[in-house]
Amino acid sequence: MRLFVVIIYLMALTLSANAIGVDKARLADPAQEARAYNIMTQLRCLVCQNESIAESDASLAQDLRAIVRQQVKAGKTDAEIIHFMTSRYGDWILLKPPLKPTTIVLWFGPLALLLIGGFMVFRYIRQNPETDMEDPLTADEKKRLKKILGGKMPKNKDHLGDYMS
Amino acid sequence: MSIRRFLPLLVFIGLFIALMVGLSLNPREIPSARINKSVPEFSLPSLKGDGVGLSSEIIKNSKKIVLVNFFASWCGACRIEHPFLMKLSKMSKANGIVLYGISYKDKPANSLTFLNKFGNPYVRVGVDLKGRTAINFGVTGTPETYIIKNGIIRYQHIGPIYGTQIKDMILPMIKKLQQEGKP
Repeated sequence: MRLFVVIIYLMALTLSANAIGVDKARLADPAQEARAYNIMTQLRCLVCQNESIAESDASLAQDLRAIVRQQVKAGKTDAEIIHFMTSRYGDWILLKPPLKPTTIVLWFGPLALLLIGGFMVFRYIRQNPETDMEDPLTADEKKRLKKILGGKMPKNKDHLGDYMS
Repeated sequence: MSIRRFLPLLVFIGLFIALMVGLSLNPREIPSARINKSVPEFSLPSLKGDGVGLSSEIIKNSKKIVLVNFFASWCGACRIEHPFLMKLSKMSKANGIVLYGISYKDKPANSLTFLNKFGNPYVRVGVDLKGRTAINFGVTGTPETYIIKNGIIRYQHIGPIYGTQIKDMILPMIKKLQQEGKP
């Protein structure tokens, strides 16, 4: 049992290791390396497009990782490093797009659609209640119904509702 | 009432157009962040290693419209683009442009062999061995071409320039830039 736990633990360790496994040059300080890694996961690889540069093996991603490490080591803040990237590659390089006038539709579009859809469903249900009888029987139909029922009208009129009124 | 009846159709047409435009975009064409910005500062050695091959100074001091093309001998698309660059180079005098090259992450010897074999369309070539100048330009991969006027980047072309694009896109854009500011 103890061996099993150890194996699981070792397997879990490899998860973070293989992401940037291709890089030989890591930062000596684990805290700095962790900070650099956190920045890398926020940056989109320009070649693979749906991966972060932390995951990508593309040569441009490797270069960008080296730049992130270099700047972390030089004491730049996260915001400064992110700005370095966006000034060259635009917001496109950010996996999480920033909230600005041009991205309002992107951020709130789904919520707006949900609200519009919800409102339409709500209105539809309110306008079409199940018990609503839009066309009551005509006088002719009533006469025919009386005939079918053998001239006897039910004592309890409730379940015929509007038909007999 | 009539608007209501056509609402689903209108929504469908809207979605149809949005998807038709959206899905036919080329995902490689990333909106450029460097348009209307100054050329990044750089100074790169020449292919033969004898002094400066290309620098931001040279580009800024050019009176003509400058085209900077990132290429590499290992890049297949550059090989496809190459004959069209040769064509563009031959037209450069008549059109008042100058074509510079930056060899991207390529051994100078290999770039030289490439240019000797297929012809050299560039007036000057700089060697960006580590690809750092390319990153400062916002290059996503070779080939990539920048059109620069007065040291300001005006257009970024991602991917190879094809023969038809010279006439349909590159030359008209250059004309437009040359007409700018003229009465």
